[in-house]
Amino acid sequence: MAFINYVIHLAILIGIYSIVTFSLNLAVGFTGLLNLGHVGFFGIGAYVSALLAVQGVSLWISIPLGALAAMVMGIILAMPTTRLKGDYLALATLGFTFILGSVARNWTDVTRGALGIPGIPKIVKGNTEFLFVVVVLAVVSYLAMWYISRSRFGLTCEAIRDDELAAKMLGKNTFAHKALMLGFSALFAGFAGGLFAHYITFIDPSIFGINDLILMFSMLIVGGLASVKGSAIGTIVLFLIPEPLRFIGFPSSVLGPMREMIFALILLLILIYRPKGLFGKVDFS
Amino acid sequence: MIRVKNLAKHFGGVYAVKDCSFDIKPGKITSVIGPNGAGKTTMFNLVCNIISADDGSVYFKKENITRLPTHKIARVGISRTFQQARLFKNLTVKENLTISRPCSEKEIRDVLEKVAFKLPIDTKGSALSYGQMRLLEIARALLHPHELLMLDEPTAGVNPSVRQELKKILKQLNKEGKTIMFIEHDMDFVMSISDEVIVMAEGRVLMRGTPKQVQKDKRVLEAYLGK
Ligand SMILES: Nc1ncnc2c1ncn2[C@@H]1O[C@H](COP(=O)(O)OP(=O)(O)O)[C@@H](O)[C@H]1O
Ligand SMILES: [Mg+2]
Repeated sequence: MAFINYVIHLAILIGIYSIVTFSLNLAVGFTGLLNLGHVGFFGIGAYVSALLAVQGVSLWISIPLGALAAMVMGIILAMPTTRLKGDYLALATLGFTFILGSVARNWTDVTRGALGIPGIPKIVKGNTEFLFVVVVLAVVSYLAMWYISRSRFGLTCEAIRDDELAAKMLGKNTFAHKALMLGFSALFAGFAGGLFAHYITFIDPSIFGINDLILMFSMLIVGGLASVKGSAIGTIVLFLIPEPLRFIGFPSSVLGPMREMIFALILLLILIYRPKGLFGKVDFS
Repeated sequence: MIRVKNLAKHFGGVYAVKDCSFDIKPGKITSVIGPNGAGKTTMFNLVCNIISADDGSVYFKKENITRLPTHKIARVGISRTFQQARLFKNLTVKENLTISRPCSEKEIRDVLEKVAFKLPIDTKGSALSYGQMRLLEIARALLHPHELLMLDEPTAGVNPSVRQELKKILKQLNKEGKTIMFIEHDMDFVMSISDEVIVMAEGRVLMRGTPKQVQKDKRVLEAYLGK
């Protein structure tokens, strides 16, 4: 019975994180935006929804609001930086993540700082039911993101990734496209963050940690840029591979660093033997 | 159609384009020639505001477009290709074309036939040869709604039979009423299809005239041979 519960728990996390990976792919793989703010967007979704929900706001409202807050932040970050050359967007989104972590730690009146927010209401009580909800929401999110990526707007974003100047010369407002796509990317990350908060029922500022960002990028790169299937499978692979460690009986203090070493190893192997990832359509170069 | 007045642009201490003025008449084929480094490509980039001018202005059908962002310049009716073909290399031939504007399969086949492009439309951009890239880039520029077509060295790196093909295409487009302006090094090509030739040297317009006038002009010869 304990084993079943563990499998369900893992499946729920995979469901939530598969949304994260695809949404990261919208920005990085489909549009070529080096978005290092994804844990920030995930964390905003989690915090906004959790804070509202513990005040009694319905989850039907708090989770979408969290996602929208993330989207607005995404667009605001993209507007000044996507006009500039080079990787200003990467710097801005990473800096933004650090600032959010700092706000979450220090704005104690609202966030309770390092104490975190306990007692966040669950979406549904039982984990089996929760898994069902997550599967449905992940499928709906995938359909929505798949639709965005296959739309004319999404195709234009891919063109911008390949050659922004050529896209401009065809009359495309490339800044607006990039800003909106980063907005969509953030929207779904924020949504996943909300689901996470209402599953785990406790969040603290560590949600903005850089380790999670590395995990997200590992899932993306293993699965492959601009691949829908890759986003799902990259997530599954990276969640499952470190799991057997638990059963070997390592103490938890060793488990964390081991996981990270395994991620690094998987990444290295992928970059050496399959530089496009398992299903990638686009080179990293 | 387009009027360029006193355009100037310098990189570091060197002027790539300086005091460059000319106009392009509607319905004509105008070629731009001049030695390497004369500033031809830079002038194209200034017209499209891909690099911003230090000085001077560009008018398109009387509208001052000097400071318009590039995508808006494209929308007023200018389409162009680049000296190095710029394709969307992870997209297919068909997708490359539909980025220009939504179009039917038939329109795609027609435009590809027009430029004598013969590969399957689901070929990826990165799988094309250099010559095919140029043709696809021209096809893409043709699909984009425009009145003025600007081509930067369309025959560079394409084989002689495709060159002949291109000549026909440009003439045909011109017959259909398109205004065309292109930079070119192949003098046979230039002389056989241009209504007017603009000669650039050291960032300025050295002279302009019919192909015959240009061929006879001593200054042009000097510019090419160096003084
Ligand atoms: N981005 C740039 N940075 C520095 N110098 C440039 C740049 N673009 C062009 N130039 C210089 O400007 C001059 C004109 O170049 P260009 O317009 O490409 O000439 P053309 O197309 O007539 O061969 C050359 O001396 C070139 O080296
Ligand atoms: Mg040139």
